[in-house]
Amino acid sequence: MSSDFIAIGHIDDIPQRGARCVNTAFGRIAVFRTAEDEVFAIDDRCPHKAGPLSEGIVHGRAVTCPLHNMVISLESGTAQGADEGEVQTYPVQVDDGRLFIALSALPLAAE
Amino acid sequence: MGLEAAYGLKQRGMSVTVLHLMDTIMERQLDPAAAYLLEKALDRRGIEIITKANTKQILGDGKVEGVELEDGRIISADMVVMAVGIRPAAALAKDAGLETNRGIVVDDGMATSDPAIFALGECAEHRGTCYGLVAPLYESAGVLADRLAGGSTEYKGSHVNTKLKVTGIKLFSAGDFAEGPDREEVVLRDATRGVYKRVILQDNRVIGAVLYGDTADGPWYFDMLKRATDVSEMRETLIYGRAYQGGGDADPAAAVAALPDDAEICGCNGICKGKIVNAIKDKGLTSLDDVRAHTKASASCGTCTGLVEQLMALSLGDAYNPAAVQPVCGCTDLGHDDVRRLIRAKGLKTIPAVMQELEWKTSCGCAKCRPALNYYLVCNWPGEYADDYQSRFINERVHANIQKDGTYSVVPRMWGGVTSSKELRAIADVVDKFDIPTVKCTGGQRIDMLGIKKDDLPAVWADLGKAGFISGQAYAKGLRTVKTCVGSDWCRFGTQDSTGLGIRLEKFMWGSWTPAKLKLAVSGCPRNCSEATCKDIGVICVDSGFEIHFAGAAGLEIRGTEVLGMVKTEDEALEHIVALTQMYREQARYLERIYKWAKRIGYDEVRAQIMDNAKKRKAYFARFVESQKYAQVDPWSERVSGKDKHEFKPMAVVGHPEPAE
Repeated sequence: MSSDFIAIGHIDDIPQRGARCVNTAFGRIAVFRTAEDEVFAIDDRCPHKAGPLSEGIVHGRAVTCPLHNMVISLESGTAQGADEGEVQTYPVQVDDGRLFIALSALPLAAE
Repeated sequence: MGLEAAYGLKQRGMSVTVLHLMDTIMERQLDPAAAYLLEKALDRRGIEIITKANTKQILGDGKVEGVELEDGRIISADMVVMAVGIRPAAALAKDAGLETNRGIVVDDGMATSDPAIFALGECAEHRGTCYGLVAPLYESAGVLADRLAGGSTEYKGSHVNTKLKVTGIKLFSAGDFAEGPDREEVVLRDATRGVYKRVILQDNRVIGAVLYGDTADGPWYFDMLKRATDVSEMRETLIYGRAYQGGGDADPAAAVAALPDDAEICGCNGICKGKIVNAIKDKGLTSLDDVRAHTKASASCGTCTGLVEQLMALSLGDAYNPAAVQPVCGCTDLGHDDVRRLIRAKGLKTIPAVMQELEWKTSCGCAKCRPALNYYLVCNWPGEYADDYQSRFINERVHANIQKDGTYSVVPRMWGGVTSSKELRAIADVVDKFDIPTVKCTGGQRIDMLGIKKDDLPAVWADLGKAGFISGQAYAKGLRTVKTCVGSDWCRFGTQDSTGLGIRLEKFMWGSWTPAKLKLAVSGCPRNCSEATCKDIGVICVDSGFEIHFAGAAGLEIRGTEVLGMVKTEDEALEHIVALTQMYREQARYLERIYKWAKRIGYDEVRAQIMDNAKKRKAYFARFVESQKYAQVDPWSERVSGKDKHEFKPMAVVGHPEPAE
């Protein structure tokens, strides 16, 4: 495990087709678990009107924002369909159910 | 217009008699043969027609009781609707000294007798004709615009055609069809198919057409009429229509394909073929709704919908899928009704089973279909299906309403809008303890606390629960509020205990999931202070009992309720309202409010099943009661006791990440 990765919990802490949040000094990150037990992490902030993406309905590898139904890809962070916009994604590693996130994309780390 | 009004009234359950002064109906648009066919068709729809009916007087004192005809006949009536045509408003022009006749007289440049003043539209009279339709207005407006810009275009008058907007009756008429020595006519009658066609020719040009039963060629004849096309070459097959001309290509699409670009498709809005085809191509439109939104074609009366769809098929080829049924979402080709039917027929009891058996195109649906499927399963298998929280919208998942900043609002139930000092004190304490920024009265007679952080929700509920509150479900596609007035308890006009009935209904029905939100109201007298006649279901108490209303709306659309019927006792009122709710729960499409569902299936059908069929009513009632056994669980107390508590806490908190080495 690279030292850039920080432990955040276990995959069973997140419901299938659901999300939990990780609070950081730079805002919330939403960690999603799909129906196929894949895990993705993106900023918990819809590019449209800052809606909490962690509260959205998860389907396939995408989430629908609860405020105005923008659909965001969990893999790329980009808005799907006719909408435009993008959120930051973060690498996640799963080791025997334990989850680790790399926050190298956060602004402070980018310096 | 009069006949359309008569048909509309008949559809709303009234018994209608049409009185017409002339020998035949629509005598200016139809020849006697077509009028006869139309009269028969309306008769079959239960509309009685009396022609040669010269009205002598309207009878009644204070209110209408009937109409007396010159020949002494009396037709009793509660309502008289008069269709008298339009009269141009020319008084202002007349007073100003302009030349007026029936309307304001204009020349071919749309100028009145004062060349500095122009007129167009329904107030104007051009070459002796006053038009009451929008297409001639557009044409004359085009001329006037050109004149104002210094041009010299002339308006030569418009040809207008008539279509009757009565379901199942196809009727088209255009031009002049009076008989005359210099005119010829071609007639086709097919009594078995109920088809009558008559085309009137003068100098080998179409000057009039009447089509009944099969009107597909109406626009084709009308186009030739407007262009004064010489039809001598096709005279022998003219009556068979466009499909039989030039090579016998019987494809109906060919007729549309052959129309020139400036052929008018939508008469209401004056939209020609070229404009529609260009919009489809330039804007990449693929659905009828798109075309309506961008061009307005078929967006008014809708009779040209078929033509617009054919144009879409021509322009888009195989890419156009005129699905008669709107699919639930992109994950399936099935519509809501098919999905509901198949869930029952195949005994499907989980979302994955539905997706597997009904061949969903996506692996786990989307935010549109999953909540719909979850509702259909909850409704259909109340005792067996385990509610799938991850398929519910966040509001129903955390039992509060998400706000624009990601905070929530919480609304406790206040049965029938009645509260007490104890309850108000408990709310005040919660507001202080959790520093809740906004407290507001809702439209449904209860109190909304806004701006609560998600993490605080379980503690807020715990405190409210201690004071006896349960969730008001102000977020649910389910029973929301039952609004009441103070009724016979306090009000000097109250006829029944409307507050008591409202509370009884709310206590009986809370917790039930419905296709869309469900709001009730009970008023203690016809003054209707609880505004029951714009609710999903309403009750107006009167001295002799309870008048039950349904299918009102006061949101995106405004509509007054329909009367379901009258019952004598509170028990009966409860049984009827609950049965109606269950019928709606079982039949409506997800997110379809009662007013849309009832309009779609027909108000009379609802009345027949709930008012007239006691066996059905009692069965609906019993199924509702059964489902309530599982639904009446206060979600707040469930969550306070720890169910899915992960929802409210972050998974981890991480400090400042170290700068990358």
